[in-house]
Amino acid sequence: MAGESTAAEFIQHHLSNLTYGRLPEGHVRPDGTVVEQVTWSIAQSSTEASEMGFMAFHLDTLFFSFAMGAVFLGVFGLAAKNVTSGVPGHLQNLVESVIDFVQDLTKNTFHGNNPMIGPIALTIFVWVFLMNSMKLIPVDYIPGLTSLMGFDYTNAVPTTDPNGTFGVAIGVFLMIIYYSCKVKGFGGFTKELSFTPFPHWTLIPFNLFLEIVGLLTKPFSLALRLFGNMYAGEVIFILIALLPFYVQFTLQVPWLIFHILVVTLQAFIFMVLSVVYLNAAHEHH
Amino acid sequence: MNINLTMIGQTIGFLIFVAFCIKYVWPPLVGALQERQKKIADGLAASDRASHDLELAQKKAADELRKARAEAAELVDKGNKRAAQILETAKADARSEGERLITQAHALIEQERQQARDALRAEIATLAIAGAERILETSVDPKVHSEMLDKLAAEL
Repeated sequence: MAGESTAAEFIQHHLSNLTYGRLPEGHVRPDGTVVEQVTWSIAQSSTEASEMGFMAFHLDTLFFSFAMGAVFLGVFGLAAKNVTSGVPGHLQNLVESVIDFVQDLTKNTFHGNNPMIGPIALTIFVWVFLMNSMKLIPVDYIPGLTSLMGFDYTNAVPTTDPNGTFGVAIGVFLMIIYYSCKVKGFGGFTKELSFTPFPHWTLIPFNLFLEIVGLLTKPFSLALRLFGNMYAGEVIFILIALLPFYVQFTLQVPWLIFHILVVTLQAFIFMVLSVVYLNAAHEHH
Repeated sequence: MNINLTMIGQTIGFLIFVAFCIKYVWPPLVGALQERQKKIADGLAASDRASHDLELAQKKAADELRKARAEAAELVDKGNKRAAQILETAKADARSEGERLITQAHALIEQERQQARDALRAEIATLAIAGAERILETSVDPKVHSEMLDKLAAEL
């Protein structure tokens, strides 16, 4: 926490992402230089990052989430490559128990006929779990390391960035739309949106409004639930890190143990809800 | 807390991960799980079959054993009977042989006695003649009296 003057700044700093974005013409940068033409650059402060608007990337979120995705696919891919139906090794045992868990869940929750649901649920669960797990690393470790490498801001937990959670939720949303159209046909899907809950033509606008709001709620509920939980937990971790070092452990240890549960639970909830939404997309009303 | 292109990048990443998982991760792992399940099911069925076979074999073995025992008992019985028979025959043979031997011995003894008697008779005749010669103090012509002496000997 070297260099931070106040607690508020410390917290803000920890929750700011390393942003690479487009700077408009005439923009005055925090170090006083004026941008003469449209440039893409790394934001020097969180204010500048928000001034970049939509045309920006959070490099840390993308890096850590893709790294976690690579870890997931690497480990599971390795297990899949050396798979045997005989006596399994340690890695295969671990991977199989996760797969068994996901398969059981999808069998109980998902009643449609879609062989893709298993891998979709598995990817969501393990990926979100790994991204959440990044927060079990003490809050100053990764930002400390990256600041040595010259990056001012690093938020190592992709799920404390709403972009991270919304990104996954939008992926699930696209799958909901895709499978709804695939199973019921575009016409059938439209008809379902227009004629439920009230099957009368005069109520089509009302039905459409209700159903579309209901549909859009799904990605929002997915993304905001995960983001809210992870963000709140991270804020507490940062607050604990503000305490004198010799008392930190009294709060950090229980909170960390609690978060072993939260991390797993939130990943589980994200997966279950995704499967439930996809199940609804496969059902005819 | 800015919403920006990161979200879209994240979505693309997510979809790529899912596609990769669908293509390369899920099928071999689940395939292996199902294969193992089948192997275990087959193994259990085989063990069921084997225990059933074992039961049958045991029953069959018990049957065979009982049959063999009965056969053995029968054989022993037959053997005993046959032994008794042989013993009986042997006894009878021995008895008749013994009797024959006794008869033979009797005959032999009779014969020897006869011979001895004959020899004695001849001896006595000679002795009688010698005695008579002494008594008479005369020479008796053996040729003249031999007929009479033979007659005498035959009377002994």
